[in-house]
Amino acid sequence: MKKIEAFIRHEAFEPIRSELLEKGFPSLSIGEVKGSGRQKGIVEHYRGSTLTVNVRPKLKIEVVVEDKDKSLVVETILKHARTGDVGDGKIFVIPVEEAIRIRTGEEGDAVLQAHSEAEIAA
Amino acid sequence: MGERRKSRNELGPPGRGLSLKKRLSLGALVALGASLVLPGAASAQGQGIGALTDELNITWVMVACVLVLLMQAGFLLLEIGFSRQKNVGAGVAKIFVNLSIATIAWWSVGFGISSLTGNDFFGTDGFFFHNNQEIGGGADAFIVGGADAALMLFGMLFCAVSLAIVWGTTLERIKFSAYVIYAVVFAALIYPLVAHAVYGGGLLADIAGKPVMDFAGSSVVHLTGAVGGLAALLLLGARSGKYGPDGKARAIPGHSMPLVGLGVLLLWVGWYGFNAGSTFGTTDNFFAQVALNTQLAASAGALVALGVIYLKTKSLDVGMAGNGAIAGLVGITAPSGYVEFWAAPIIGAVAGVVVVYGVLFIEKHLDDPVGALSAHGLAGIWGTISVGLFASPRLILDGAAPGVYYGITDGELAPSLGQLAVQAIGVIATFAFVFAASYAVFAAIKATIGLRVSEDEELAGLDISSHGMYGYPEAFIPQEEYPGSTVQPHVAGTPVVTNAASTPPAAPEKEVTA
Repeated sequence: MKKIEAFIRHEAFEPIRSELLEKGFPSLSIGEVKGSGRQKGIVEHYRGSTLTVNVRPKLKIEVVVEDKDKSLVVETILKHARTGDVGDGKIFVIPVEEAIRIRTGEEGDAVLQAHSEAEIAA
Repeated sequence: MGERRKSRNELGPPGRGLSLKKRLSLGALVALGASLVLPGAASAQGQGIGALTDELNITWVMVACVLVLLMQAGFLLLEIGFSRQKNVGAGVAKIFVNLSIATIAWWSVGFGISSLTGNDFFGTDGFFFHNNQEIGGGADAFIVGGADAALMLFGMLFCAVSLAIVWGTTLERIKFSAYVIYAVVFAALIYPLVAHAVYGGGLLADIAGKPVMDFAGSSVVHLTGAVGGLAALLLLGARSGKYGPDGKARAIPGHSMPLVGLGVLLLWVGWYGFNAGSTFGTTDNFFAQVALNTQLAASAGALVALGVIYLKTKSLDVGMAGNGAIAGLVGITAPSGYVEFWAAPIIGAVAGVVVVYGVLFIEKHLDDPVGALSAHGLAGIWGTISVGLFASPRLILDGAAPGVYYGITDGELAPSLGQLAVQAIGVIATFAFVFAASYAVFAAIKATIGLRVSEDEELAGLDISSHGMYGYPEAFIPQEEYPGSTVQPHVAGTPVVTNAASTPPAAPEKEVTA
């Protein structure tokens, strides 16, 4: 199992989410994060004075998948998150030791299976 | 002066003089104002009851001016509440700039274009309005005095309201420079030409002998603003993400319903000046009747809009209730001085229905974030038409016919239908002219400097991209980077990297030693 952690631009999220859902990966988490990288900060002008904000808002996506599905998810993220400009973000792939579904106590890859059609409807 | 215009001495039956003055126009007001002041002002000691009455009338006009000015705050909060957090500051700057441009443009050019002097198309006197200015020619000429300033100011603030309505459709994506350029043309030419046509003795003041009756401007002010907004919207396009890949409209919720509510209520209060102030005086206390009509229609509009949207969607939509109140107010604006109390809630209720179906329909095709096309445009059309249905014989303008309701009850339907047609012509002419002129201006802006911000700027929000600052900085700047923040990031074993000068003394250490 692998956890894919991607830091992306906000606007890239919706196409990534819908394509992952289409391909059978409905389960993911996101978080609003602020971070710095090569992209410059923002200078705020306030009644004549300035304030430099060094971190920019980004979105973090976390998806845990079976090893064989790793490339598919990474490629989906690359496809939608890449604009070619500084600030597109980064993807990290991390090994996961165990996965347990709380409702049933199931363990392992079974936890990562896509839900049935009925469960994900709308 | 054309024969179709009433001279100051023919203002109507005694006792209804001032409320009839409105019927002449914002432009004509100047003439009236002069007639009020000149005889009495010559000698302070010689002031009789007549001069005091004139001053009381002008006092009410000045109170109404302040109320109409307050409507700018209403538009501000309404638009900001319906915007996202990243675009709130832009709305503030826009209101200040537009109000100020409308003021200067109206004083220098717009008032002259709208005034009662001149021909069927535009006025020719009153530019760079100043004291002791001679306006008009021949027997109707008059010298500008204090009362004229009040009446001119009232017209100016109406122009500013009309301009404020334009921008509701353009929020969150238009370039700031477009505001500036269009505002100049609108306040100096477009709005004054419409005002002249209806209130200044122009083309729409006499259609086959009948005047278009628009007491305070459902058509002249509100429809004009909304049509300008429509022209801008057609060239501007929807906000990014408004329509999904399937082409269906998605909600882009505004960030604050309390601000929307406050905005609607400020407009509602301001409308007392807008409608009841259009009596231009306190004669017969007629202004109170206009205010009651206004209140009845607004309430009916809010209730009916809320009811209709509940039946359609099974949710008690907060924003739609606000749109309903505005639609009721816009609807009653034209008939407020011409109809009896019983007609006002009917007019407001129909406006409430119109606004909901209008918003639901327009939403599918055009991205109008505040519903201005429905609340000001469709309700403005309805309000103007409703005069032709409900205008009371005792209140109508000279030459006009009562509403169709009275035509039926009194058995004289033909003239009433004629008046209804005149009202419709007023709407069509206003729509056609304002749309053509506004579309031309916005197309020229689009072709030269561009009408819309870049996609990146839109995503970042107009506050930071156009104005270099956030309207709500603490929503966007992490606490850690905010000067004076008490929340300091600190990981055990690492030095706190921060600006020492702006960091308060290390309080936690003291606690440890204590």
